[in-house]
Amino acid sequence: MSLDASDVEKIAHLARLAIAPGQTERYAADLSNILDLVAQMDAVETAEVTPMAHPLHMAQRLRPDEPSEPNQRDLFQANAPLAESGLFLVPRVIE
Amino acid sequence: MQWETVIGLEIHTQLATQSKIFSGAPTAFGAEPNTQACAIDLGLPGVLPVLNAQAVKLAVRFGKAIEAEIAPRSVFARKNYFYPDLPKGYQISQYELPVVGKGQVEIVLDDGAVKTIGVTRAHLEEDAGKSLHEDFDGYTGIDLNRAGTPLLEIVSEPDMRSPQEAVAYAKKIHQIVRYIGICDGNMQEGSFRMDANVSVRPVGQETFGTRAEIKNLNSFRFLEKAIQFEVERQIDLIEGGGVVVQETRLYDAAKDETRSMRTKEEANDYRYFPDPDLLPLEIDAAFLQAATADLPELPDAKRERFHTQFGLSEYDASLLTASRELADYFEAVAHAAGEPKLAANWVSGELMAALNKAELEIGASPVSASLLAGLIRRIQDGTISGKIAKQVFEAMWNGEGDADQVIESQGLKQITDTGAIETMIEEIIAANPGQVEQYRAGKDKVFGFFVGQAMKASKGKANPQQVNDILKRKLQG
Repeated sequence: MSLDASDVEKIAHLARLAIAPGQTERYAADLSNILDLVAQMDAVETAEVTPMAHPLHMAQRLRPDEPSEPNQRDLFQANAPLAESGLFLVPRVIE
Repeated sequence: MQWETVIGLEIHTQLATQSKIFSGAPTAFGAEPNTQACAIDLGLPGVLPVLNAQAVKLAVRFGKAIEAEIAPRSVFARKNYFYPDLPKGYQISQYELPVVGKGQVEIVLDDGAVKTIGVTRAHLEEDAGKSLHEDFDGYTGIDLNRAGTPLLEIVSEPDMRSPQEAVAYAKKIHQIVRYIGICDGNMQEGSFRMDANVSVRPVGQETFGTRAEIKNLNSFRFLEKAIQFEVERQIDLIEGGGVVVQETRLYDAAKDETRSMRTKEEANDYRYFPDPDLLPLEIDAAFLQAATADLPELPDAKRERFHTQFGLSEYDASLLTASRELADYFEAVAHAAGEPKLAANWVSGELMAALNKAELEIGASPVSASLLAGLIRRIQDGTISGKIAKQVFEAMWNGEGDADQVIESQGLKQITDTGAIETMIEEIIAANPGQVEQYRAGKDKVFGFFVGQAMKASKGKANPQQVNDILKRKLQG
């Protein structure tokens, strides 16, 4: 399986990664090589194998439904570029 | 051309937990912005989600209620997209292996026919935060109190064929989640939000048309109107030579129309993958048993029982089982008064009207079930007439005591003393010779006049049957 430059651009956009012009071809080749490596798995008979969701053979632990986290808004907002009236402020996201 | 509408719904129900699905932050509604958002909800580095047992339990209860398979093993996945109210850059959801599999519910159509609507799946996920675009010039305010609130997203099959069917299905899900106590169903507070997938196709065509998804409908009325508009829009579009584009649309209630959200070409490219921070969720028989052991009687079963056990009409049974609180209230009245049909009439009539007028829920009724039962017993034993009972009800509603106290203090006891009624009627006859003559000349309608006079003279307290009998006898002369 091979990726072309437009695939790389689309993936980069979805991940909000900036790729310098002229780098896309190299990434396309590198990513294609990785996919080829994984594609070797296609030769293995896996019809009877349960897809693995996690490498650990354990089940999810559950916690009791009890509020335990105190309000630390001031602490968290001290770390934010902008906050006002208790809200985090971000550049406007709709017109 | 004849068109057929095809509708599927995705319903997001907020699960009634005290804390969030993956963190110990509280979920109380209406708190100051960002005071219920902890490091996990904010997606700070180095934190790990830990799943809330109660959220799993509530999801399992729903699965059981719709006769669905509960997955012994389900998996959490990351749904990746960028938006400021989603600090991690992904929403933890379930994708290929949801906790609740295929199930079904029954809806009753307008003509009384029953239709089964398939539920494809229901999965656990976390809610996002809230974006406030209005108050800050050039900025969007972000409140993350809602981020991480547990949701159960219930996805239906595309089984509905009209806006009315969609509303009936949505109401049924709303009824079920409230009955089994997994969601408060409060639509104003966003605890129950609906997305509608709508398409049209020529009648007889097998394949589905291209669908549009109308997002975030928060009332049954808007659901109905949004689908109605969208169906018209799609038909007009196709008949005008156009094609429906698969897209997300928003319903504008003020203009009663749906509008395209700005289409991002990658809008649906969420790149799901299993969340490495969470292990598979395993549900064993013991957990299943503990989660569902105390499931209450479900609305359909209760309706059927009210019909057979109490002899209520299908309509009354359906009305009185609309919510569990109302059904419990009615049942308490019926048992205490021993008169199920009379109890049904009073609960669905006088009581509901008073509650609606005062905009109160049944739980806040000033007239308790035992008070109402006391009133019904006094109608039944002939102490008061049905008409006077309304007066007593009003007094009880205003907190003037129980039925016996009101009857006593206002002197409303029905007059059943034949001698007293006879004397009263003789006076009325003597005072109205003209009407007596008319009646005796064959004008039967005048009889009503005498009944009215008798009730007026007795302030409504004379036993109506006795008044009738005595009047007839006396008027014949």
